[in-house]
Amino acid sequence: MKAINHVAGKAIPFGRKNVDTDVIIPAHWLKTVTRDGLGQGAFEAVKKEEGNVFTDPVNAGAPILIAGDNFGCGSSREHAAWALLDMGITCVIAPSFSDIFSGNAFKNGILTVALPQAAIDRLMEVAQTDPIDIDLDTQSVTTPFQDRFSFEIDAFRKHCLLNGLDEVGLTMAQGAAISTYEDKARESLPFLAKTLASAA
Amino acid sequence: MTNTPRTLYQKIWDAHVVDTRDDGTCLIYIDRHLVHEVTSPQAFESLRVAGRPVRRPDLTLAVPDHNLPTTARRDASGGRVPIADAQSAQQLDMLEKNAPAFGIRYIGDADREQGIVHVVGPEQGFSLPGATIVCGDSHTASHGGLGALAFGIGTSEVEHVLATQTLLLKQSKSMEVRVEGKLGAGVTPKDVVLHVIGVIGTAGGTGHVIEFCGNVFEEMTVEGRLTVCNMAIEGGARAGLVAPDATTFAYVEGRPYAPTGADWDKALAWWKSLATDKGATFDKSVHIRAEDIQPTITWGTSPEDTSAIGGVVPAPEDFADASKRDAVKHSLEYMGLTPGTKLTEVEVQNVFIGSCTNSRIEDIRAAAEVLKGRHKAAGVKWAIVVPGSGLVKEQAEAEGLDKIIIDAGLEWREPGCSACLAMNPDKVPAGERCASTSNRNFTGRQGPGARTHLMSPAMAAAAAVTGKLTDVRDLAPAN
Repeated sequence: MKAINHVAGKAIPFGRKNVDTDVIIPAHWLKTVTRDGLGQGAFEAVKKEEGNVFTDPVNAGAPILIAGDNFGCGSSREHAAWALLDMGITCVIAPSFSDIFSGNAFKNGILTVALPQAAIDRLMEVAQTDPIDIDLDTQSVTTPFQDRFSFEIDAFRKHCLLNGLDEVGLTMAQGAAISTYEDKARESLPFLAKTLASAA
Repeated sequence: MTNTPRTLYQKIWDAHVVDTRDDGTCLIYIDRHLVHEVTSPQAFESLRVAGRPVRRPDLTLAVPDHNLPTTARRDASGGRVPIADAQSAQQLDMLEKNAPAFGIRYIGDADREQGIVHVVGPEQGFSLPGATIVCGDSHTASHGGLGALAFGIGTSEVEHVLATQTLLLKQSKSMEVRVEGKLGAGVTPKDVVLHVIGVIGTAGGTGHVIEFCGNVFEEMTVEGRLTVCNMAIEGGARAGLVAPDATTFAYVEGRPYAPTGADWDKALAWWKSLATDKGATFDKSVHIRAEDIQPTITWGTSPEDTSAIGGVVPAPEDFADASKRDAVKHSLEYMGLTPGTKLTEVEVQNVFIGSCTNSRIEDIRAAAEVLKGRHKAAGVKWAIVVPGSGLVKEQAEAEGLDKIIIDAGLEWREPGCSACLAMNPDKVPAGERCASTSNRNFTGRQGPGARTHLMSPAMAAAAAVTGKLTDVRDLAPAN
């Protein structure tokens, strides 16, 4: 995972609520066996709408996306996070995110920033013409007009994002604790510690 | 361990904590991992690159489901029928190779046990009460119907579980959805869960694990509970749970992977202790009267866009929230619906009975009961029934249900995810409407431009018969 601290630049003022991962990347794009190239399929149906923000040339290559409540709901497909990354988006700002999407985004070094609707409304306005600046270290979003919004983030996630840490590697280093749990579970929960296939 | 009253969720969580960090993040042990072809190739590739093995291949089960065509998979001489879509074929091929390469048990595309992962897990006794179960698929919530803590994960987490058999998680809040009273005639588990989502909204359960409580769920079959928990994710909750009880134990006992002998006795004793304690509190509670639930369908492009079948298409102005009004306007445009239209006047051209929500034997029986002695309407161009697994298919055929379905003019297919998300050739044409027993009515879900109405198997069968959205209770007697 690439380390991330500071994201600054154009923000796409999408603003829509309940954006599901089928909208972010439709199922026919899920047949890939790599993580690359999904930007082409991102927001495929929205891109067909007249006057949409994604085909507007002023938003080309923008690193920030602003959306409404419950962003990333629905399917667990991590392809949604890969598609955003492939578009060049490394930060999504919304009032709330689905649990699975925020985890997927985090694991791919995409910063999800949750702010109250009033702050979102203001940033949507700014994003029409001006850049937005997100600083993970100080947990703040600022604009050229002296706006400043603080956001909360889980301390462990912040640490991993700032340092680009590989979670699998971190957990593998805890192999002994996992083995201890497994030994204990073989006694206390033997029916969960094995399946009949492995017993046979 | 303290004696503070605990919820079912808390008890399963506590039993699986490997390690707790200072910030409250826990390393949680995963008992069962289901793997399918869509969300696993990148995870296996990462393991291969890093030279990491699968820690517990014996707790992992791989089954292809999303891409498989629902037409015959073997020709008369037993040879594999080629899959036209090269990308689908490649994903399926990778799972077939990755599973044995990493020592994982694999159920093949033409095996009689093959099916949708969320049908196969419970059916095989691989999914058990009290277990932590994950899969790279959000409908893993289904297995909560057995009283398991089951939830969907992304591909990075699939890799994490393959490598470590654990996940780093923060505990969710708990939410009680209590439905009590007497369900009316024609009201099925699907209607109950659609109604619940209509009440709480698609973000109503975000950050929470839902426990479905009350006599309605206690009296429900395990298959009905699997349907309800399946759609917990549509209410924003990563997992749904129903407390395991005698109904659950009777369902699990004797299944291929289920414990036996002394292990069974020990399991039973523990499972009986899992129910939420008297006095345990939930962070959020919603109470619903069973009598308020009607046969329910969706009219829009979000699962929260529900209505009793007797209702009309709403207008954007009916909604107080400005962004919801905007969403409804978009929805109605996409769905080609005019506010005020009676739902029972809306014509459908396609019918899909299947998906991890409604493809078990009770669902096929419910559809067949409506179809018996009736025939598909002329306006319905495409109507398929896709069983959830090869074993469901066998059972249905043993009961003669396939014959009823075929006689009614519907197609009887091979098991898989099919038109729920249209990754295989089963798609709803653009601009056409589908009465569907699946779980998501999102824009483009059943194919680009497809218009989905979610409902129960009986209601979908009724729509096939009349060619319109139909109250199954109003169907004219069969011939």
